[in-house]
Formats: sequence, C-alpha cells, structure tokens
Amino acid sequence: MARSEILEHHAELPPVLASGPWRWMHRHFFSSVGQTFLTIVVAAITIRTLWFLLQWAVLDAVWVASGPQACRDAAGACWAVIVEKHRPILFGMYPYDQHWRLVLMIVIYLTTVIASLTPACWKRSILIPMWIAAVTAITVLMFGGVFGLPYVPTSEWGGLPLTIILFTGSVLFGMPIAVLLALGRRSPLPVARGLSVVFIESLRGVPLITILFVAVNIFPLFLPAGMEVNKLLRITLSIAVFFACYQAEVIRGGLQAIPRGQYEAAASLNMTYWQTTLRIILPQALRICLPAMTNHIIAAMKNTSFVIIIGLFDILTATTAVMQDPLWRQFYIEAYLFVALIYLVFGLALSMYARRVESWVAVGRI
Amino acid sequence: MSLSSSSDRGSSRRSQMAGVVYSQAFRSAFYQVVLAIFVLLAGYYLYSNVVENLCAQNIATGFRFLSEVSQFEIGERLINYSARDSYFRALVVGLLNTLAVSGVGIIVATILGFTVGIARSSSNLLLKKLAGCYVEIVRNIPVILQVIFWSVVIRNLPPPRGAVELWGAGFLSNRGLTVAMPNTHPSHGWMLVALVAGIILSIITAGFIRRRNDATGKHVDSLWVSLLLIAGLPLLVWLFSGAPLGMSIPERKGFSFSGGSTLSPEFVALLLGISMYASGFIAEIVRSGIQATPRGQIEAAKTIGLKPWYITRYIVLPQALRVIVPPLTSQYVSLSKNSSIAVVVGYPDLVNIGNTVMNQTGQAVEAVAIMIVVYLSISVVTSLVMNFYNRLVAIKER
Repeated sequence: MARSEILEHHAELPPVLASGPWRWMHRHFFSSVGQTFLTIVVAAITIRTLWFLLQWAVLDAVWVASGPQACRDAAGACWAVIVEKHRPILFGMYPYDQHWRLVLMIVIYLTTVIASLTPACWKRSILIPMWIAAVTAITVLMFGGVFGLPYVPTSEWGGLPLTIILFTGSVLFGMPIAVLLALGRRSPLPVARGLSVVFIESLRGVPLITILFVAVNIFPLFLPAGMEVNKLLRITLSIAVFFACYQAEVIRGGLQAIPRGQYEAAASLNMTYWQTTLRIILPQALRICLPAMTNHIIAAMKNTSFVIIIGLFDILTATTAVMQDPLWRQFYIEAYLFVALIYLVFGLALSMYARRVESWVAVGRI
Repeated sequence: MSLSSSSDRGSSRRSQMAGVVYSQAFRSAFYQVVLAIFVLLAGYYLYSNVVENLCAQNIATGFRFLSEVSQFEIGERLINYSARDSYFRALVVGLLNTLAVSGVGIIVATILGFTVGIARSSSNLLLKKLAGCYVEIVRNIPVILQVIFWSVVIRNLPPPRGAVELWGAGFLSNRGLTVAMPNTHPSHGWMLVALVAGIILSIITAGFIRRRNDATGKHVDSLWVSLLLIAGLPLLVWLFSGAPLGMSIPERKGFSFSGGSTLSPEFVALLLGISMYASGFIAEIVRSGIQATPRGQIEAAKTIGLKPWYITRYIVLPQALRVIVPPLTSQYVSLSKNSSIAVVVGYPDLVNIGNTVMNQTGQAVEAVAIMIVVYLSISVVTSLVMNFYNRLVAIKER
C-alpha cells in the first residue's frame, strides 16, 4: 500500500478541541449512558435534599421568638435559640456585664491574625511588636484588675475566647518546641537525637486525653508541695506539646529536603551551628513545609474541643451546658450546627489560605 | 588580631588544652553529658516530688489496688463482669470495649472512605463536588462535636414504639440500633478459625505461585487463589456444620424489641462520630492513591495491548496500594486513639473506666500509666507491622 493510501484509510481527523457550555456539560455529566443515569440520580437526590434543607433552614425557620413556643409551632429550624442563647454559648460563664471585653478581645485577635497572614506584614519589625501589643491587650482585657476593669479569674473564662486562647496558646508555645524537637531528631549528637525520638514517638503514640489527664491529675504531683500552676496554663501547654510532636515530624520532613550543599556552603563561610540553622536552613525548611504545617494547626484548633472532658468551658462545653435548659433543649440541632459552623469557617479559611501560600511558594514569591 | 596575639603568648600546654576544648569531638561529648545530666536531674527532682506528695496525701504507690473489688457496674461488656469483680477485670472490660468500637469503626470508616474517595476521583463532576463537600465538612468539625451531636440525635429519637424501621433489617430508636443477627451457633468459632487459616494459607500460596510464575514463565494470578482460600474455607466449615441459617430478626414488642441484638446509643454515637471523621481523611488518601499512577503509564499499557483488568491489577493497584496503605494505617491508629473520647457520651472504654478507677482509688499515676502503656503498645505493634509491609511493597531497585 502506498503511504498516501494508508493515511487515507487509517488516519483519523485530529480531535476537535471543542468548547462551550454544551461540550462542557457533555464531558462532565453526560459522556455515556451510565454517566447520564448517574448524573440524573445524584442530581435528583441532591436537589431534594437541598430543597428540604432550604425549607427547614430558611423558609420555615423561626428567626426571632419571644419564647420556645413559637419555635415548637413552626416546622422549620429554630434559629431563635441562637439569638436567645448566643451570649452563654459564645462567652460561657464570663460575667455578663463584662462581655464587651470579650467582643473587643475577639476583634483584636482577628485583626492581628489577618494582619499576620498578609505577606506585606512579614517583617520582624512589624510582627513581633504587633503580637506583643495584641497579647498584652488581650491579657489585660481577659484578666482585668487594672484601669478600673473588674478582675476575672481564669476559672470563669469560657466560650469562644477560651477556645481562641487555647488554640493560639498551643500554637505559639508549640511551634518553638516543635522546631527544637525536629532539630534534636536531626542532630548529630546521639543523646539529643535519642531523647527527641523517645519524646516525639511516645507522645504521638497516645491519645490527647491521656496527656490532658497527666496535666490535670498528675502534673500537680510533680511540683513541690504548696506550688501551683494555673489549670488553664497546664492544659494549654499540654495541647502545645502534643501539637509540637506532630509538627516536629512535619518540620523534620522540611529539614530533610534541604540539600547538603546548603550546609556545606554555610560551613565554608565559617558559620556556627546556630547561625546555619537560624539563617540558612530553617527559613527554607519552614517554607517548604508550610502547607503541611497548616494541617496540624487546624488539627490543634479542633483538638481544643477535647477540654470538655476535663471540664474547661470552651465553646463546645458551653453549648452542651446551655442545651440542658429544658425550655430550649429540643432545639439542640440548631445550637450544635452553629458551633460546627464556627469551626468549619475557621478550618476552611485556614486551609484555603494554605493552598494560596502553596501557590506563592510555587511561583517563588516567598 | 587580639585572638592571634593571645595564642602566640600562651604556653604550648595551654594551646594543647585549647585544641582539645575547641575540637568537635570534645564539644559534642560535653554537650551530650550536660544534656544527659540535666535530664536525669530533672527526672529525679520530679520523681522525688511525686513520692513526697503521695506520702503527704497517704496514697500507696504500686499496682496492688488492681486486685481490689471495684464496686461499680459497667453497662456494656463483652465478658462477664459484676461490681464484685476486681479493678483489673474492669479495665479488661474497658480494653475489650475499646477494641470493639475501634474494630467496627475501622470497617465502617474504610467502607465510607473508599466510597467517597472513589466518588471524589470520578469523572462525573456532580458526584466529585458532592464527595468534596462531604470531606470538607467531616474533616473540619472536631470529632468530639460530631460524637456529641450523634449522641443527642439518638437520645431524641422516638422510643421503640415509634422506632424508625430500617428496610426490615433493624430499628433505630432512643434505645440505640437494633439489628438482625444470625443465631449463635457453635460453628461460628470454627468459621473464624477457618478465616484466619485462610489468610495465612493465602499468604503462603501467593509466595509459592510467584516463585512458580518466575520459574516457568507461565502466568497464574495469585489474587483468585487467595480470595478462594479466604472466602472458601469459612464457607466450607459453614456448609459442613449443616449450613445453619437461623436469624434473629427484631420485632416491636410492647415498650421494647424482641429478637435481634441491640447496639447501645453510646456505642452507635461514638461509632458514627469517629468513623465519619476518619472517613473524610481516608477518602483523601484513596483519592491520592488513585491519582498516583501517571496517565502515561496507563497509555503505555494500552499501547502494548493489556486488557483493562490487567492494567488495574498489575499497574494501577500495586502503585495505589503503595501510596494508600501507610497513611491508611496511621488513620486506623488515630481512629482507635479517637475512641478514647468515649467518656463524653458515657461509653465504657478503657479511658472511661480508667478515669472511674482513678477517681475511686486516687491512683492517678498508675491509672494513667495503664492507659498510656496500652495505647503505646497498640501504636508500636501497628508500626512494626507497617514496617514489615513497607519492606514487602517498597520499590525493588537494583
């Protein structure tokens, strides 16, 4: 057969690069009979569920009610329970007339966090003073006792501010511990390496609850008689250490990704171990593992909810306590959805941010 | 300048000393000794404080309390237990409950996770997005919140009279989940033995078949032989023991149910919470496994004329498993660690009973030590098995 003949018989036309809404629909939903069937079934179920949810959560819902009776008469959700109970849910047992301090605290906190996540603020001269100012302001607001603010002991703290403090405290204390543990595990000194490995692996092997039990029930025994460490601080530190052990493994991954040449170049410039680590290795390693570190930061936020077991009044404990009220008890779904939504929003925002940072790293912007 | 002039003036002995002090080996040994002494001293200090405090509080140390009578009842148990039994037996009941809820949880989470993970890598955009929503929701809500939510939902279900019927196979009510169960039969124990024997035999035959394939150049797929052994042996036992078919099917009876077996509300809430939470992570692992095979390899396999099943069996699956299995195992471990939140819904797992023991006896150190040792051994055993598996499936390079 001649070459032209083969081409004539066997060559296919080049694939048409079609676009447009119909092609798109065809490719993603109706590419075959099976796919079409699947799409129709899934779409039917989804639309029914969404319609039910819309009816329940919006159309038939009660938003404001003078009492629970109005909710019982309605077919939909009772968002009035949130309106009615939002203060004990959000602020726990903190003195009622002082709640404005907590609102202010949350505003300061969110402003600081959003500012710290903006690359324009990633300078030592901005970040450090900003965080010192924020932590001082939040401490003054929470404790009081100065500027005419009444003193509020930590045992009365609760709700969202407590969740925020546990989360932020565990990340702020945990990150340096994590870096030290990761460096220890990669250290050329066998004793330091051994200690880090044992510490990391034994904490990663047990559930967080056992560590909280240690912090609450056993740690006081470790201290000399008469000495006491605040319960909130003990719990924050134990969540921090738990977080640090997981984070250390992520950072170790980042450290392992740094090529030998970087160490050798630093050594040839006669830099010491700490100079090499702080100025050459860690900045690169932390940048590499930033996305993976976010996962554990989100996990630390979710882990704060474990304090319900040892009786700290975080937002979940507060909600559970509020929902004991016999008048409103039956509207528990709305209350828990509200709390779940708070966690969901924070978690999704953090992971979306992480994905963005990942793209910045990819194009070499940071 | 000052450095060199001072060393010039120093005696030879001093510079020798300096040589030792500045040498890498001396300094690393010195730092390590300091670190070790510091850790030992801190440990001794804490230990002596504990002893002193326990003496002051009149708490005896040691594990003698384990043989004392517990004096508390446990609602759910897999072995006989009463309030007259020892603390030790109570803790064993708790451990078995932990293993039960983790075991069932792992199965449920695997089924859910693989389903969602496969849906998430489907070419159907709608299914893909729905699966994505599920993953984001269950992963971002704390597991404790999920467990408490399910527990409240179950408590607010109608009583047995108005129970929700599940396709004739069971009921969901405020008493928990009542499901149909095969009547207990002596053959069940033997079927379990046959299952274990089947698994062991299939591993041995797989190795044998592989060696034979390599030696003869013929091709027999060990997968079918393995499946036949694992499913066939228990089935054979069942057939030989007279194929007992008796099922106990639950029915509404007055204020309760008759027949079937009931999973308590606490068990169901904990199970739903921890397995849905884990399923979100498992779905992501499965998706990454499915995407692990580059398109080029599949196209290459098609080019040399491999049938679709062979492509799945010999190209996609081995590479997917290599990606999936290690993180999957760590999800299983974290699921069993998450079962320790049982205390929030009152399911008597190891930690919950340990907590009760701790409050009754005041032996906090010992009770927490028991919990830590148990969970640590679970993790250590899992990681040993994992290392063995990793060596088995790791890429064999020249």
